[in-house]
Amino acid sequence: MGFSEMPSVCFYFQVHQPLRLRHYTVFDNDHQYFDEYKNALICRKVANKCYLPANRLILDLIRRFDGRFKVAYSITGVLLEQLQLYSPEVLSTFDALAETGCVEFLGETYYHSLSFLYSRNEFVEQVNKHVGTVQRLFGQKPRVFRNTELIYNNDLGTLIESTGEFDAIITEGADHILGFRSPNFVYKPKGCKELKFLLKNYALSDDIAFRFSNRHWTEWPLTAEKFARWISNINGNGNVVNLFMDYETFGEHQWEDTGIFNFMRHLPGEVLKHPDNDFKTPSEVIRSYEVIDTVDVPHIISWADTERDLSAWLGNAMQSSAIHELYRLEKTIKQTNDESIISDWRQLQASDHFYYMCTKYFADGDVHKYFNPYDSPYDSYINFMNVLDNLQSRCARQIDGGEFLGLSQNKNPPSMQIVN
Amino acid sequence: MRLRQEGGSISVLMLGWEFPPFISGGLGTACYGLTKALDEVGIRVTFILPRMVESEYTTHVKILTPSSRASSKYYQIGKLRNVKFRTIESALQPYSTPEIYQQRLEEHLRQKRMIRSGRVSATNQLVGGLDYSGDMYNEVRRYAAIAAELAEDEQFDIVHAHDWMTYPAGVAVAATSGKPLVVHVHSTEFDRSGEHVNQVIYDVEREGMNEADRVIAVSHFTRSIIISRYGIGGDKVDVVYNGVERNGGWPLAKTGISKDEKIVLFLGRITMQKGPEYFLQAAKKVLEVVDNVKFVMAGSGDMMYRSIEMAAELGIGQKVLFTGFLRGEDVQKIYRMADLYVMPSVSEPFGIAPLEALDNNVPVIISKQSGVSEVLKHALKVDFWDVNEIANKVVAVLKYPPLGLTLRSHGNFEVRRLRWKDAAEGCARIYEEMLTAVSS
Repeated sequence: MGFSEMPSVCFYFQVHQPLRLRHYTVFDNDHQYFDEYKNALICRKVANKCYLPANRLILDLIRRFDGRFKVAYSITGVLLEQLQLYSPEVLSTFDALAETGCVEFLGETYYHSLSFLYSRNEFVEQVNKHVGTVQRLFGQKPRVFRNTELIYNNDLGTLIESTGEFDAIITEGADHILGFRSPNFVYKPKGCKELKFLLKNYALSDDIAFRFSNRHWTEWPLTAEKFARWISNINGNGNVVNLFMDYETFGEHQWEDTGIFNFMRHLPGEVLKHPDNDFKTPSEVIRSYEVIDTVDVPHIISWADTERDLSAWLGNAMQSSAIHELYRLEKTIKQTNDESIISDWRQLQASDHFYYMCTKYFADGDVHKYFNPYDSPYDSYINFMNVLDNLQSRCARQIDGGEFLGLSQNKNPPSMQIVN
Repeated sequence: MRLRQEGGSISVLMLGWEFPPFISGGLGTACYGLTKALDEVGIRVTFILPRMVESEYTTHVKILTPSSRASSKYYQIGKLRNVKFRTIESALQPYSTPEIYQQRLEEHLRQKRMIRSGRVSATNQLVGGLDYSGDMYNEVRRYAAIAAELAEDEQFDIVHAHDWMTYPAGVAVAATSGKPLVVHVHSTEFDRSGEHVNQVIYDVEREGMNEADRVIAVSHFTRSIIISRYGIGGDKVDVVYNGVERNGGWPLAKTGISKDEKIVLFLGRITMQKGPEYFLQAAKKVLEVVDNVKFVMAGSGDMMYRSIEMAAELGIGQKVLFTGFLRGEDVQKIYRMADLYVMPSVSEPFGIAPLEALDNNVPVIISKQSGVSEVLKHALKVDFWDVNEIANKVVAVLKYPPLGLTLRSHGNFEVRRLRWKDAAEGCARIYEEMLTAVSS
């Protein structure tokens, strides 16, 4: 194997915005759970600051380098629906990107959910829905899977392989699963025969996604030339550098005035200065490089915080009770056969709703604040539970003579109360 | 100029209105907590208090009765090594109004007349009085004059006055002694009276803040009132948050009262400032969706009877209990019974009670119009006027147990970080700066 060669660069961008809930009190009784105004506002704002300029830039780069610059996207169904409604021009630019043949679209859960942890049936349904949507919109069938928040364990690998729909799966290159090994190779998940493993190089990814504008960082300012040199330093110790990050890094997490767009504009040129260098999509990476080892992930990992675990979504009593109550309703919800009920239930599964309830870093008030519509995790939990309570009462009314279990010991469900 | 008394430790002459066990609200609690912590950081305090009645409460604290108008006796309280107390016999009471003062005074004189019956004529006592002057404003001035007199045989570096009744005394002592003055604003006339301020009290407050070298506000909420409503320059106004006295010793055992109903607690003076009507309106809404809950209003105040009537008018009379003013162990008992504490204050400079509630493992809903909401993260916050939202949050706590669980565990932890020691260090820093400014 050509270890002396420069590693390929594999970019994958996560593109997602949740449907935020409106302020919903125990006295509310309608079925308008989502804040259309706020969601439209944020969707358009992010479109103008990030999606549109970033898509234009990527399209320029692909054209300028004549197909030698390539990237991958994973766009959630929740966002695709919003773009269709509020910012259809973003969809056309994604379509233009798809047309270039240099862009790969990944598969994930349509609703950006944690369903893998709670309901395998629901999980598979959402993945199928997402794959179908991407195929319909962009004319390509996703062959690489990424789970919400890069959550992974061995069971997920086996489950994804058993669907026969995917060639590879993406997760975090967490230190404790790799040990002394480098994330810059193609691996095989333990328990899988054919499925390949692509692992995020979190150090280099986070240099762009988190540290880029940090003036206290010793490497600030980060230039394209410097970053290309760091990639070259891997020379001989890897086949591929997986740079996975939120697409909102461009223009939202890092504002335009930090120079993030300029950095990206110059990066491909710097990387491609060496004729051996290239950019590859995830599917190209697994076709080009051999598997060098098996990686065992017995315990669940994610890409969040320093813990790389589930504590950002399920770390406190409110979060775990909310998500348990939500999935406990699955059967009841599906029995209604009511599309709007099922869709509302699924939108409530977005991991963001549980992220807003996180108390872990609340006292320091930091990263978890991005477009968080709530003043506190407590407000977020109260709102979510009030909506869920109402959703449940809707099911109860739908199902004729069905046995109905209340969310709580409350004798008077709010649905039967005077609306104020 | 000689700066310090005895080898570097700062001496403070403190002027207050109340001190445990003679308290009716947060000011006494705050003075106690602060003084105790100042004692621990080695600052010497002489505390001058107005006092009229003798103790009818038996506590661990021994207070000696002053024998003359301006008592020359000192007494010590508990374990406070560097603190001594002097009292001025006076009918001054915190949270009072001129009208209430008049009532109290007449009552007191009547008692005295009965004691001295036959020896002193009634008219002589009522008009002008020998020991007490006719109205509260004059009494504030008289307190100032006596405090200045008392201060003459005291050694101190700083004069520290707590709230408006002692500001004239602070100004007088500072003027006669030449020592710098700091006034500590625990509340303003705007908190107590809304927009209907008493002009005389406002003037006393503004003069005190103007004359002071430094002003201490108990929150940024109060600091901005001091700047915007009293026209005080921001550079001399600092924020020093209150702390909470932890009651680690209290056992968490059951009170022996079995309850199948949830209890939502209001604890504080029942006055306009504390928003009792919002509590009751929210209670009414809560009762529309939850049945097994009782609302307890613990405290007294000029809106208590109005609140009792209002509960009846709202048709929730049987669901609202009034306990009257609670003290000491009774406060602990009521906290231990409560499932939720609500403080819907219209304007709350700080608000120590929510911290005590959290210390007793009771989750809290606090008004955003409060200083304490600046320091508490793990609390539910509402606008005092948003009755719907108060009710929404009360219902949520009662209905979704993980909410109370999370609020309790994080809140109790958070409260441990709010210590009087930090408040004392904040004051000490300001004292140091004042003394440096004087010497330069």
